[in-house]
Amino acid sequence: MTTTLNIDKELALDLYSKMLLIRRFEEETERLYRRGKIGGFLHTYIGEEAIAVGAIPVLREDDYVIGHYRDHGHALARGLDPKLAMAELCGKSTGLSGGKGGSMHLFDAEKHFMGGHAIVGGQLPLAVGIALGIKLKKLDSVVMCFFGDGAVNEGEFHEAMNLASLWKLPIVFMLENNLYGMGTQVNRSRAGGPDIYKAAEPYLIPAVQIDGMNLIEVRDTVIEGVEKVRKDQTPIFIESMAYRFHGHSVADPSNYRDNEEVEENRGRDPIDIFKENLLSANFATNEEITAIDELIENQIDDIREFAESSPEPEEIELYSHIYASPEEELNNE
Amino acid sequence: MSEMILRDAMSKALREALDQDDRVFLMGEDIGAYGGAYAVTKGFLEEYGEERIRDTPISESVFVGAGAGAAMIGMRPIVEVMTINFTLVAIDQIVNHAAKLSYMSNGQFKVPLILRTVTGGGGQLAATHSQSFENWYASVPGLKVVVPATPYDALGLFRASRKDNNPIIFAEHAMLYRVRGEVPEEYYEIPLGKARIAQEGSDVTLIAYSGMVKVAEEAAEIFYRNDISAEVIDLRTLSPLDLETLVNSVKKTSRAVVIEETWKTGGFSGSIASDIQEAAFDFLDGPVLRINGPDVPAPYAKNLEQLMIPKASWIVDQVKYNFGL
Ligand SMILES: Cc1ncc(C[n+]2csc(CCOP(=O)(O)OP(=O)(O)O)c2C)c(N)n1
Ligand SMILES: [Mg+2]
Repeated sequence: MTTTLNIDKELALDLYSKMLLIRRFEEETERLYRRGKIGGFLHTYIGEEAIAVGAIPVLREDDYVIGHYRDHGHALARGLDPKLAMAELCGKSTGLSGGKGGSMHLFDAEKHFMGGHAIVGGQLPLAVGIALGIKLKKLDSVVMCFFGDGAVNEGEFHEAMNLASLWKLPIVFMLENNLYGMGTQVNRSRAGGPDIYKAAEPYLIPAVQIDGMNLIEVRDTVIEGVEKVRKDQTPIFIESMAYRFHGHSVADPSNYRDNEEVEENRGRDPIDIFKENLLSANFATNEEITAIDELIENQIDDIREFAESSPEPEEIELYSHIYASPEEELNNE
Repeated sequence: MSEMILRDAMSKALREALDQDDRVFLMGEDIGAYGGAYAVTKGFLEEYGEERIRDTPISESVFVGAGAGAAMIGMRPIVEVMTINFTLVAIDQIVNHAAKLSYMSNGQFKVPLILRTVTGGGGQLAATHSQSFENWYASVPGLKVVVPATPYDALGLFRASRKDNNPIIFAEHAMLYRVRGEVPEEYYEIPLGKARIAQEGSDVTLIAYSGMVKVAEEAAEIFYRNDISAEVIDLRTLSPLDLETLVNSVKKTSRAVVIEETWKTGGFSGSIASDIQEAAFDFLDGPVLRINGPDVPAPYAKNLEQLMIPKASWIVDQVKYNFGL
């Protein structure tokens, strides 16, 4: 039976490719980590791809994206060069930040990708400031700010919500509720229970809860939401229900979740769900899907080779950019 | 005598506290169901239950402040902040509240709060996750700062911290959790404010704490092979500071080097160097040297990060250059 998909076919296939790229990219990061090519903390986005890919491509180039340390998916969905992202993860000079930021701190000024931020909640005040800047410059851009269910318990979350609403700032608060902050289940960390979007109501910020495993649902919600934010210059709040398929970081065996729960959620793989959508809408045949898979596999090979063969940063780079040099222009004009 | 790693010495210290004092409870992020980010409290939740092993939301400001509040009315909270980087979210509660309550109330209130946290770099965790702020806290009157370098000291210093009636920053270095050492079965305590002479020597005094003690010991080993006798002192606590032991050593060796992992500007090594110069200027053969990490945020890339962390060779070179040894 054919169902209809309210989306352009070419775009749909492009979004599918994006999700798959993130998935394969993340699987490769795990392999590189085990091989000792990536160090530090590594948090993958596996299982949550539909949120970034459903939301970020809706934005315009002059909009802004900011988020937390689980940032590879956001970065790739925003169109950051996956080779440069992987080189950053491998601590190479060709990386997005010359190897100085690492996995948790990806940045790309040109793409208005305002950072992965590794202090939980830390990006929320920054998002408020970016939105304030937009308002003061009289632009009609919006800020999309990602954060996890754990971050809503920081004071900064509440301070940011209040100020964003009080000053009517153009922010899309994108909560990724994957039910856990590290090993702590939402019900054990939040007095208000798992429906976190309700936390926006006291601040008079319109809020919805959606299925973050369903790309189309995310996309439709975000299209409508961004339009509203852009028009009214006020914040909105979108809670996407999600699940991270792997541990909090690669070092985490996830002992606090039972297998049944993990398996059940893996059964709702956002990539499989969207693949089904594509097939039943006759947007692609199984052969075409396989061809996309192969294309991405090859792309991942290139990405890995680029990252691995890139040189380490020169020692002198240790001292560069601690302060902005006077001749440098201010970020984005 | 039994051998154990520092992580196990800390677990033992915490178990003792829970077993011996029912005013003690633990709280912090992921200390229970997850077993602790550095696995120090693994199994505690099952053993002691949710009432005393309290997983907190990611809300450093409130759970650190709540620790101070509970301490004001006679509880003995042991609060874990996952790493010292995240204590900045709670720094107001630490510095403006916990540290000041005794003084402002003219002694009416005590705050016997132990804030355990993890310090140091070396894990490729980049700029936000690799810092050492124990020097900042050591500059705050009203706080005590404990920085163990061995399993023996971790246990002994923790026992003394538990009996203290002041807010204590107990900073465990991330790279030391697997360090192995002797820990006696018999009960012992190590008083706060008493440095340890890790190795006796007569030509130069190397002063270090936490992760830098083993670096100083490595330098001493190199000196030894070159017929130079280095005395290594492990501060154990930054506040109170055992200046007496330092000065006595310098009077003997006439030369001092202070080694510290964090940035040179504002580093605690500066304060110590200055104290030594004031107290023992006439005994010194040259300036008190400071070996610190360079004034840069920690980079992620491994090759760059390694340039951040003081090495034995830095000590050896500086001593050679400045003292002609
Ligand atoms: C201020 C602060 N406290 C604690 C941490 C350690 N930490 C890193 S991620 C994390 C869990 C965050 O969970 P959530 O916000 O739900 O995001 P998720 O990892 O699920 O995407 C914790 C506790 C930190 N980085 N910063
Ligand atoms: Mg979460």
